Amino acid sequence: MTGVDLRRTLRWGSIAGAVMVFTCAVGLFEAFEDRLLVYPFLSLGHVLLLWFLPLAGYQATNEPVLEGMEAPSKGLHNAMAGLGAGLAGGILIGAFTVIIDAVDVRDVFVRLSARLVDLLTHGWGVPGGLVLLVAVPALLGMAGGMLHLVSAPVRRRLILALEWALVVALLEQVFSQVLRQLRLGAVGNIIFTRRALEWWAALAVAVLVAVLAERARGGIGRIRGYLFAADAVRRTRNSIWSALAVLAFLIVLPQLLGSLLSELLANVGLFLLMGLGLNIVVGLAGMLDLGYVAFFAVGAYTVGVLTSPISPRFDVEWSWWAALPVAILMSVIAGVLVGTPVIRMRGDYLAIVTLGFGEIVRILFLSDWLAPTFGGAQGVRNVPGIPVGVAEIRGSQPVGVLYFAFGLVLVAAWVSWALQESRLGRAWTAIREDETVAAAMGINVVRAKLNAFIVGAILAGLGGALFAAKVGSIFPSSFELLVSIIVLVVVIVGGMGNIPGVAVGAVLLIGVLGGPTQPGLLAEFAEFKLLIYGALLVFMMLRKPEGLLPSVRRSRELRGDELSQDAWLDRPSGGAEVDARPAGG
Amino acid sequence: MLEIWGLHKSFGGVHALAGVDLRVDEGEIVSVIGPNGAGKTSFFNVVTGLYLPDGGDIMFEGRSIVGLESSEITEAGIARTFQNVRLFLNMTVLENVMVAQHCRTRAGAFRAVLRTPFLRKEEAEIEARAKETLAFFGSRLVGYRFDQPALSLSYANRRRLEIARAMATRPKLLLLDEPVAGMNPRETAELTGLIRKLRDEMGLTVVVIEHDMRVVRDVSDRVIVLDHGVKIAEGSYDEVSSDEAVIEAYLGRPAEVG
Repeated sequence: MTGVDLRRTLRWGSIAGAVMVFTCAVGLFEAFEDRLLVYPFLSLGHVLLLWFLPLAGYQATNEPVLEGMEAPSKGLHNAMAGLGAGLAGGILIGAFTVIIDAVDVRDVFVRLSARLVDLLTHGWGVPGGLVLLVAVPALLGMAGGMLHLVSAPVRRRLILALEWALVVALLEQVFSQVLRQLRLGAVGNIIFTRRALEWWAALAVAVLVAVLAERARGGIGRIRGYLFAADAVRRTRNSIWSALAVLAFLIVLPQLLGSLLSELLANVGLFLLMGLGLNIVVGLAGMLDLGYVAFFAVGAYTVGVLTSPISPRFDVEWSWWAALPVAILMSVIAGVLVGTPVIRMRGDYLAIVTLGFGEIVRILFLSDWLAPTFGGAQGVRNVPGIPVGVAEIRGSQPVGVLYFAFGLVLVAAWVSWALQESRLGRAWTAIREDETVAAAMGINVVRAKLNAFIVGAILAGLGGALFAAKVGSIFPSSFELLVSIIVLVVVIVGGMGNIPGVAVGAVLLIGVLGGPTQPGLLAEFAEFKLLIYGALLVFMMLRKPEGLLPSVRRSRELRGDELSQDAWLDRPSGGAEVDARPAGG
Repeated sequence: MLEIWGLHKSFGGVHALAGVDLRVDEGEIVSVIGPNGAGKTSFFNVVTGLYLPDGGDIMFEGRSIVGLESSEITEAGIARTFQNVRLFLNMTVLENVMVAQHCRTRAGAFRAVLRTPFLRKEEAEIEARAKETLAFFGSRLVGYRFDQPALSLSYANRRRLEIARAMATRPKLLLLDEPVAGMNPRETAELTGLIRKLRDEMGLTVVVIEHDMRVVRDVSDRVIVLDHGVKIAEGSYDEVSSDEAVIEAYLGRPAEVG
C-alpha cells in the first residue's frame, strides 16, 4: 500500500479547493482578513481560508488500519500525497482567482470583488501572486501529510496545541476580561496586541498545552471515573458533590466576568431554560415541536401586559411575582389548546402543524385585531424588572439577571430530572420507542404526551417571563420561527434527552455563537451566524447525531449495537413458513 | 370471561376475520392455531384494540370492549405479547417491566416534581413488583440483567421479557402470540411449563397462538382452529388434530395441488 493513491489525493485536494472557493464566495475570507489572530502575521480570514488544507493532506493517505493486517508503512509517500492534495486545492483556488479577475461576476456574487483578488494574491496581482496562492496550500497540504510521520500521541499534542493557540487568540475578549477582573490586566496588555495574540505568546500557549495535554487527559479520565463510578451509591454521592461544585462555581462565576460576559451568560441561561423545556417534549416524549416559541411569547406577553404601566389595555401594574402564576397558567392553557388537536399526529406531521401554530401565535400578537391588548407591532414597552427585596433585577444589571436565570435553570433542571426518573418519564420513553406497544401496555398515550407538552410550555413560559423583565419591551418580532429552531438546534447539538447535554449545547451555541438576536462571544461572526449554525447541524447529523453529550439511551438508539428486533424475523424458519403458505390456500 | 360474536375485520378486499364466534372461560388455556394468514394475529389485534373491528362484538367480563383505546383494554385486564417481539429495546430490562405497571399506579407530574412520600413509596413498590415478576423466569432475567438494555438480550430472553412485561400490567387474560417461536426444544419445554404455571399459580386465563404442535398439545385445555378468518374447528387437541377440515387447511386438498 505504499505509493500515492492518485484518486484519493485528488478527491481530498478538490474538496479543499471547494472549501476555499466557498469561504471566498460567502465573504468569510474578506470579512476577517484584517482581524489578526496571531500578531503580526496570521489573520482569522487566512485561518478560515486555509484550515482545511492540512486536514486534506492528512486524509489523502489516511488508510484505515485493519485488524490483523500490517499497518501501511510511513514515509515519503505520505508527504507527497499531502503535497499533491494541497497542490490540487491550490490550483483550484488559483484558477478561481484567475477567473474572477478576468470575468466580472459581481452582479451575482457580490463578494467576488477586485479587492478579493487583491487579498488572495497578497497584493501582487494575478500572474505574480498566483505562485504564492498555489504554493501556500501545497505546503500546508504537505504539512498535513507529514503528520503521519510522527507517532499518534505526538500528533495529538501538536493538533491540540495548535487548536488552543487559535482558541485563545479568538477568545481574546474573554481572556483579557477575566485577567482584568483578576487584577491581572497588565498581563493581558502584554500578550495581546490589537486584539491578537503576540506570536511568542501563541507559541508559549502551544508549548504549554502540548506539555500539559497528557496530564489533562488523565485528569478527565479520573473525573469520568469519579462521575460514573460503578457502585450506584458512590455514583449518587459523587454526583451530588459535583453538582454542589458546579453550583459553587456558578455562584462565583459572575463575579469573575464583567457585565458584558454576564449578559452573554444570562442569554445562555434563558435559552437553556427553554432548551430544557423543549428537551422534555422532543428528547423525552419524542414529539418534534417546531412552534415552541409560541409558549415563550405567551409567557412574555402575559408578564408584559400585566406589569407594564403603559400596557395598552390593562394598567394593573402588578409586580413580576404576581404576574408569574398568571403567565404559567396562560402557558398551560396555550399548551392544552395547541396540544389537544395536534397530539394524535406523529413525526413530521406534528412538526409541520406545530410550526403553523407557532406562526399563528406570533401573527395574533402582531394583529390589529388584538392590538388594543398587545400593542400590535409596537408591542408592550416599559416592562419593569423583577423586584427582589430592595433591589430590582433588570437588563441593565446583567449580573443580577444572570443569578436569577441560574436559579430558574436549576428549577427547570430539577423538574426535568424528577420527571425523567418517574412513572411519567418512563411512559414518555416507552412512547418514543414504540407508541403502539406503549398503548397496548396500558399507557394513555394522549394524556402522557399532553403532559409533556404542558410541562414544556410551562418552562418556555417561565423563559418568556424572564425575557420580558430582562429586555423591558416586547415586540412580535422577538418571537420569530428562528427562536424555535435555535432552541431545537441547542437541544440537538448538545445531546437530546440529557440535561448536561442541553447545557453544553446552550453554552456552545448561545454563549459562543449567539442567539437569534443576542450576540455571542464571537460577535464578529454575527453576519455568518446562521451559516455556522447550519454547517454545525449538518456536521452533527452526519457525524454525531446523538449530540455532543448524549444520554446513554439516545446514543444506544442512534448507533452502537443495532440489533434491531426485526433482524430476528429474517431467521430462516420465517422464510420457510412463508413458503408453506400457498399449500394452505 | 371473553365472549366474541360475529367478529369481522377486513383490509381492503382481504377478510382477515370473517365472522368469528368464540368464548374463553375463566382459568382456561386456549390455543388458537391455523395456517399463516388465517387471521390469528388479527384476532389478537382486534381484541386488544389495535384495530377496530368492522363488525361483531367483544365482551370481556360482561362488558363490551369494542371501541375502547388499547390502553383502556389493558387497564380492563387484557395483556398481550407480540409475534415479532416488540420490546422497548433501549430501555433496561427492569424499566420494561416497570413501565408496564403504568395503568396500575397513580403518581403524576406534580408528585414527581415534589418527590412526595406517596411517590417514593409507589416507586419502591413498582420496582419491587418488577423484580418479583422477572423472578418468575428463574435466574434468567434477574441480577445484573436488571440494568441491561433489552436489546442486549438473546432472542429467547426477549420472548420471556415480553411475557414478564405483559404480566406486569396485572391482567386477568393473557394473550401470547407465538411465545416459543425461535426457541430451542429445551427452552420450549421450559416455557410450556411456565405457561401452565401462569394459570395454576397466578390464576390467569391464557390464550396462545402457536405453531409448535407439541406445545399446543401440552398446554391446551381447548384448541380453536382458524382458517381464512373463520373458525373451522374447536375442541380438545386430539379431536382437532384428527379433524378433516383442519388437515385440509394445513395440507391442502390433494386434487388441488399441481
